[in-house]
Amino acid sequence: MPKRAHILICAGAACISAGEESFKSALEKELKNANIFEEVKIIETGCFGTCDLGPVMVIYPEGIFYIHLKPQDAKDIVQEHLLKGRIVERLLVKEVELKKPLPNINELPFFKNQVRIALRNVGFIDPLNIEEYIARDGYSALGKVLTEMKPEEVIDEIKKSGLRGRGGAGFPTGLKWELGRKAKGDEKYIICNADEGDPGAFMDRSILEGDPHSVIEGMLIGAYAIGAKKGFIYIRAEYPLAIKRLTYALEQAKSYGLLGENILGTDFSFDIEIRIGAGAFVCGEETALIASVEGKRGMPRPRPPFPVNSGLWGKPTVINNVETWANIPEIILKGANWFSSLGTEKSKGTKVFALAGKINMTGLIEVPMGITLKEIVYDIGGGIPGGKKFKAVQIGGPAGGCIPAEYLDTPVDYESITSLGAIMGSGGLIVMDEDNCMVDVAKFFLSFTQDESCGKCVPCRVGTKRMLEILDKITDGKGEMRDLEELEELAKVVRNTSLCGLGKGAPNPVLTTLRYFRDEYIAHIRDKKCPAKVCTKLIHYEVIREECKKCSICFRNCPVGAIFKDYDGTYVIDQEKCTKCGICFQVCPFKAIKKE
Amino acid sequence: MKKLTLEELKKIKEKAQAELQARTSEGKDKIVVHMGTCGIAAGARETLLAILDEIEKRNLQNVVVTQAGCIGLCEYEPLISVQKVGSPKVLYKYVTPEKARKIIVQHVINGQIVMEDVLSSE
Ligand SMILES: Cc1cc2nc3c(=O)[nH]c(=O)nc-3n(C[C@H](O)[C@H](O)[C@H](O)COP(=O)(O)O)c2cc1C
Repeated sequence: MPKRAHILICAGAACISAGEESFKSALEKELKNANIFEEVKIIETGCFGTCDLGPVMVIYPEGIFYIHLKPQDAKDIVQEHLLKGRIVERLLVKEVELKKPLPNINELPFFKNQVRIALRNVGFIDPLNIEEYIARDGYSALGKVLTEMKPEEVIDEIKKSGLRGRGGAGFPTGLKWELGRKAKGDEKYIICNADEGDPGAFMDRSILEGDPHSVIEGMLIGAYAIGAKKGFIYIRAEYPLAIKRLTYALEQAKSYGLLGENILGTDFSFDIEIRIGAGAFVCGEETALIASVEGKRGMPRPRPPFPVNSGLWGKPTVINNVETWANIPEIILKGANWFSSLGTEKSKGTKVFALAGKINMTGLIEVPMGITLKEIVYDIGGGIPGGKKFKAVQIGGPAGGCIPAEYLDTPVDYESITSLGAIMGSGGLIVMDEDNCMVDVAKFFLSFTQDESCGKCVPCRVGTKRMLEILDKITDGKGEMRDLEELEELAKVVRNTSLCGLGKGAPNPVLTTLRYFRDEYIAHIRDKKCPAKVCTKLIHYEVIREECKKCSICFRNCPVGAIFKDYDGTYVIDQEKCTKCGICFQVCPFKAIKKE
Repeated sequence: MKKLTLEELKKIKEKAQAELQARTSEGKDKIVVHMGTCGIAAGARETLLAILDEIEKRNLQNVVVTQAGCIGLCEYEPLISVQKVGSPKVLYKYVTPEKARKIIVQHVINGQIVMEDVLSSE
């Protein structure tokens, strides 16, 4: 029987943790109870991108989008929507201001303002069914290059498209392939970098979970272009679901003869293996990654020679990021001109971002290059929750920087972002509001890179440590004004003399916050105050005597016994004992506790 | 499984595309079955099943079937509406499974409205 409805349930990692599996089994049970199980089809897809709303699903053909699904909602969906055709309003997204329900997935501002190339199938097909990928033109680009294009023509097409690497540095992909093709040697390798070490980033994971074949097809095309027979996908062990789906997809591709010998009846042969990394940030750096694939300790080495000339086992190796690979088949099918019509002069196409932090719609988005930060934060991300004031976006991961409100109109492209001291990076985008302390933010990222420094070169190993000590001193209220100069000087040395991008980028969060939020550093040092009231050593809690209703809630909730009853029955905080956990501040029903 | 050729890849694509058709309603003929509690009591489920069966038998790919609630015309149920791309919507009354099959052949496929069963049209 033809299915009258397709129910697409998001089975991205975030929705699964939010309870997707128990919802799905409840739904199946209700469908069977209602005797309509055979009339509908349930498809578990990759990430929709609306991670805050999960578990989510769409019912086609109408395209009705339901959110925050619980097992007990399954009955209404079956009885009301699928049997009687009545949309279950309480499970719809509501427009933020007007509270008007938005039933159709395509009406949502979150989706309406996106352009999806790398994510073209993510959330729309079953990642475990190669035929759904094929239905969406999958492997047609491979067929096209194998039968109609010479390797040089493939490279020219990618060069003309203007595609630049999505892993961080933005190196032109076509040029890298050309160097790889020209490099001397019979044995060449293709690598897909799926290490994705930036904290809070999950672009690559979502592509691999939601559309693994797009990456496999991209790698096949790259292999044909440069003349490689073997490829590796390097992925971290912390991504078990992505590894599972990728492994499955590789097996499927092999059983269809799309990987292996004589692909599609031609004399082109290529195979892919997975290599699992232990999750060190530095192993995302290409030379460290290659060392790790070779079974050595993952540490970077000086370049040149670049991997295109001397990579895996000393052979020419083209390494690209997951998202870069996922773009390739679409460029081949739709043409370089189509791709380069999107974006700005020097940054073509789209970019996937993981939106996080103080924003209403956290999740995964893909936008055309050149879109402004403001459009991302307000039109797609729905603005800042709780009526708070926007302060900055941290873009580019631990090697990126913080961009303040006055630059919200900046177009998102490689050059504009770099000119502000940040980097495009691989797609981490964290929004900060007035409650974020920028010194604390700088400290967070620096402690990450300091922790992840492999220790091979002195500037990164020692320099980041010394910088972190200065930041600690400042947030502890022991800073002096000359610390700022020393911090800046150290930052420049670490940036200019480190061996790899980890050390070179590590000072960026410090440098950009010093550039745009110097007054906050000065407040910490001179006034011994943290304006955002985050740094615990610089804040204290006090009971406002006149407001205290003597209810004793603070007294009963203090985990360290730092609150006592005074002679008149009001409560007082013992500053010596107080650990500044803030619980009393949160539980006081009369706002009688102040934080300063 | 034996190695795929380009021809076979195209065949898989065509077959699988038909399957994915259900995930879009743009540019397609629409059949809506009114399935409120009243509609179901009047036999709308059987009508729906007959429609799905007919679509499969005739391998119609450009048609989507959805369900809708009661529109207050319970005495005429089962009710279905048919809207071909670019044509006005036609509401049919007392649509038994047999009538449904006839409407599909005559209206959906051949574009001839089944006048005697029309309740109203736009
Ligand atoms: C410390 C460090 C970490 C990196 N991590 C990643 C990563 O997780 N994923 C990635 O694709 N590229 C990462 N890169 C960039 C890679 O070295 C390399 O430039 C990239 O994989 C090339 O692919 P692309 O041109 O498609 O971007 C990292 C670089 C550095 C310096």
